[in-house]
Amino acid sequence: MIGKLIIIAVGSAFINNVVLSQFLGICPFLGVSKKINTAAGMGGAVVFVITLASAVAGVIYKYLLVPFDITYLQTIVFILVIAALVQFVEMFLKKKMKGLYKALGVYLPLITTNCAVLGVALTNVQKDYSILEGVVNGFATAVGFLIAIVILAGLREKMEYNDIPKPFRGMPTVLLTACLLAIAFFGFSGLK
Amino acid sequence: MKTCFERLVNGLIKENPTFVLMLGMCPTLAVTTSAINGVGMGLTTTAVLIMSNIIISLLRKVIPDGVRIPAFIVVIASFVTITELLLKAYIPSLFDSLGLYIPLIVVNCIILGRAESYASKYNVFYSAFDGLGMGLGFTFGLTCIGIVREIIGGGTVFSIRIMPEAYEPLTIFILAPGAFLVLAFLVALMNALRLRKGKDTGIGGNCDKLCRSCPNTACGGKRMETEV
Repeated sequence: MIGKLIIIAVGSAFINNVVLSQFLGICPFLGVSKKINTAAGMGGAVVFVITLASAVAGVIYKYLLVPFDITYLQTIVFILVIAALVQFVEMFLKKKMKGLYKALGVYLPLITTNCAVLGVALTNVQKDYSILEGVVNGFATAVGFLIAIVILAGLREKMEYNDIPKPFRGMPTVLLTACLLAIAFFGFSGLK
Repeated sequence: MKTCFERLVNGLIKENPTFVLMLGMCPTLAVTTSAINGVGMGLTTTAVLIMSNIIISLLRKVIPDGVRIPAFIVVIASFVTITELLLKAYIPSLFDSLGLYIPLIVVNCIILGRAESYASKYNVFYSAFDGLGMGLGFTFGLTCIGIVREIIGGGTVFSIRIMPEAYEPLTIFILAPGAFLVLAFLVALMNALRLRKGKDTGIGGNCDKLCRSCPNTACGGKRMETEV
């Protein structure tokens, strides 16, 4: 039991890293990775939202969609649950953690359209995970996102003052850095 | 009629979602392992985009402003579900190769972005053409990336061999890192072409410095520093 959970966790955090090998959540990965602080904040918010969302989505799927035989509505139901959750997290941060709320500003509502959240909820269903396995999978996936975005932000801070050829400034350099990171993470597939 | 044509050109070239606005990056990177997957994903997204633009434009006076985003998402999610079931029934091979990325069309920022910035303001006819233009622009971008990756990574285009037999495919191009690499070089190429023309090279072609309402998250609140 524990062994299976550990395998799921390591698999989703490193081997099938959510951004670098599944390409989910690319928008915040490229957009909010300029400073380590904001990247870590974004990562934290994503960990919180994804873990919660996979728990709620798992419960709704098992006790609402399956008994009524309406599993084909999963996409619609999951996205609504996620949207509501994000709204809740936003209200919570606004009230309790003003600094983080200011730093994340525009990006928080965008977690709704962070495909990683919906992606995890759908993968849990596809792979037939139990609710506990789903939560572990969600948490590990989000931690993988956090690791990747913090590393990228660190690299980008270092590159800030480099003299880069003009056409490569901005997005192309970030994409190249992400490419090298993806190659590095590819090494984890040896863990299988 | 002029507006319809202008909408098509706008989506294909001026505000190309892949190369200019940099929206919908997840499917762009994930499914472009071959040209045919790029075309399939692009056309699926186009279909959803046109239908959701039409419905949202029809409902634009009915939907209250406060709950418009959830309403848009429900409309989009319904069409994605319909498309998913249709693909599963009629084109199972495409359904298998796109997999998880079909339901994820719901969270493709292009669709919500067009609903918010165009379809909720203009009439049905223009909105449909806006969806068609944006969708074709997206298909064009995906196909370009897919063709490059398939040639280098497999030596074929649309499964037709074009490289000589002796060519050893660089498999990394159809693996994950290759997606980032190809996109980086294509965007750099676009930048280089624009620099030569002496044009403004903000990531968003139409940046009005109002970052709060801007759908372009890739810019991160700061335009590229490549102004000439």
